[in-house]
Amino acid sequence: MANATVTMKGVSKRYGGLAAVCGVDLSLAQGECIALVGHNGAGKSTLIKLMLGLIRPTTGEVQVLGVDPAAIGAVRGRANIGFLPENLAFPDAMTAVELLSFYARLKREPIAVVLPLLARVGLAEAARRRVCTYSKGMRQRLGLAQALLGAPQVLLLDEPTTGLDPELRCQFYDIIRALRDGGTTVLLSSHALTELEERADRVVVMNRGCMVAHGTMAELRCLVDLPVRILLRVPDNSLSLFPEALAGVGTWRQVNAHVIEITCRHHDKMLVLRRIIELPLVVDDLEIMLPTLDELYANFMRQEQP
Amino acid sequence: MITVLILVINEVRAGVRNRWVVATTLLMAALALTLAFLGSAPTGNVGVGGLAVTVVSLSSLTIFLLPLIALLLSYDAVVGEIERGTLILLLTYPVGRAQVVLGKFLGHTAILSFATTLGYGAAGVALVACGGAADASSWHAFLAMIGSSVLLGAAFTALGYLISVTSRDRGTAAGLAIGAWLLLVLLYDMGLLGALVADQGRLLSVPMVNTLLLFNPTDVYRLFNLSGFDNVSQFAGMAGLTGQLQVSPGALLAVLVAWVAVPLLAAMLIFQRRQF
Repeated sequence: MANATVTMKGVSKRYGGLAAVCGVDLSLAQGECIALVGHNGAGKSTLIKLMLGLIRPTTGEVQVLGVDPAAIGAVRGRANIGFLPENLAFPDAMTAVELLSFYARLKREPIAVVLPLLARVGLAEAARRRVCTYSKGMRQRLGLAQALLGAPQVLLLDEPTTGLDPELRCQFYDIIRALRDGGTTVLLSSHALTELEERADRVVVMNRGCMVAHGTMAELRCLVDLPVRILLRVPDNSLSLFPEALAGVGTWRQVNAHVIEITCRHHDKMLVLRRIIELPLVVDDLEIMLPTLDELYANFMRQEQP
Repeated sequence: MITVLILVINEVRAGVRNRWVVATTLLMAALALTLAFLGSAPTGNVGVGGLAVTVVSLSSLTIFLLPLIALLLSYDAVVGEIERGTLILLLTYPVGRAQVVLGKFLGHTAILSFATTLGYGAAGVALVACGGAADASSWHAFLAMIGSSVLLGAAFTALGYLISVTSRDRGTAAGLAIGAWLLLVLLYDMGLLGALVADQGRLLSVPMVNTLLLFNPTDVYRLFNLSGFDNVSQFAGMAGLTGQLQVSPGALLAVLVAWVAVPLLAAMLIFQRRQF
């Protein structure tokens, strides 16, 4: 990829006998939002730490913005990387303004950016309060604010929406989308799969340190081939038409007197719809349910079980 | 360099915020004033003593207290921040790891130096204001004591940092810090004394003992202050030793500086390699 910001080639990381990450090949592009999913201990945080240069890979090669992040010479380049850690902690005795000013100075950003940035994450009123009086959501917002300092080219967010209420989540994803559209590479790791589904351009599924799948949601759906479910609301007297119409492409069951549920394979979906439309009946309502990221993920985990 | 300065300022500000600066300064001043006004008891009278006498009592106190404060301030500096999770974020900023250690160390040393200088300085000024005997050479010894106390504090702060970057958790670091204090402040001298008594002068020669003393920063400090100035060494009962000491005050200071630099550099190198 020509405009790749982060590349990993055959990266493994072992702690003693335990492999936290093994053989990961990954490339993240400019202006892309990638979801990193996996259960606890699947290697998500290790992967992010490798990209930050906090740890060195046992084997393989990591490059972020053209340099090895763990090299001593990579220090300057970190001004272009934003990071929100999973377990966020700040020195308690400081106010948000003081903390953010400190971080801004380290990134050589003008102090004038601090207040507008705090306002952007909704902390304008609490800006001069000590961080120890903050709620979990407020700390998370402050964490996001520091990650956004200096318009980063790469943004690594580890479990960014934990502790945020639904309204804040929406605001958060608005900010992420704006950044992504501006050319920032955004990597999100999360448990909240449904939330990521519409937001991520690509999904990387991790299990026990290995990358078990990666691609767009559509690609993953094809890969797994989970059944598509179609709910139809039809007139009472039409049920007898279905066995013939769906022969060979799908199965169906009656949910109640008016609703039937059709299950078919992903690539038969259009065929099934065409046959339904050709039926001599009036369909009152139709709902197509594609497999969610949750279901895909559960399926990947099942495949990986020994 | 600017980055280090930013870190120093942040550390000092945190020290002011969590009352370390105030507490340490008050403790130093209170003890120094007490000793200044009661510390001449060893010379046979209670009342305002001479500045030279105060140098003896204050430097003896410093040997016990300052290493303890320095270690308490520093043992937690790295490992504590790792445990609380505040350090990991800092390390993702455009800050070198050596800069983090150096910046924090300088910040803590600045706090300690401020407390020592202000606390002891206040005692010196109060003493003279109340009519204590002080001539130019006593002042010289007093200022040298403040300066060397700052160095001793820095040496133990550096040791504390070395402990902090090598420890897996805060508990271990606290244990090691207390251990270092016990060893360097109490056990080392007792061991040396015991060895001298047991040896009866057969194996341990004077240069050997002199050299052994240089391997402990508190002994270097003691030698510098108690035997470095004639008027002080008389009060300290070390006048006899001064004749045998072959190390000049300048060399003693250089050794103290080495006691700051070596643990600090080691801490920086170890922290550079540490994985998170």
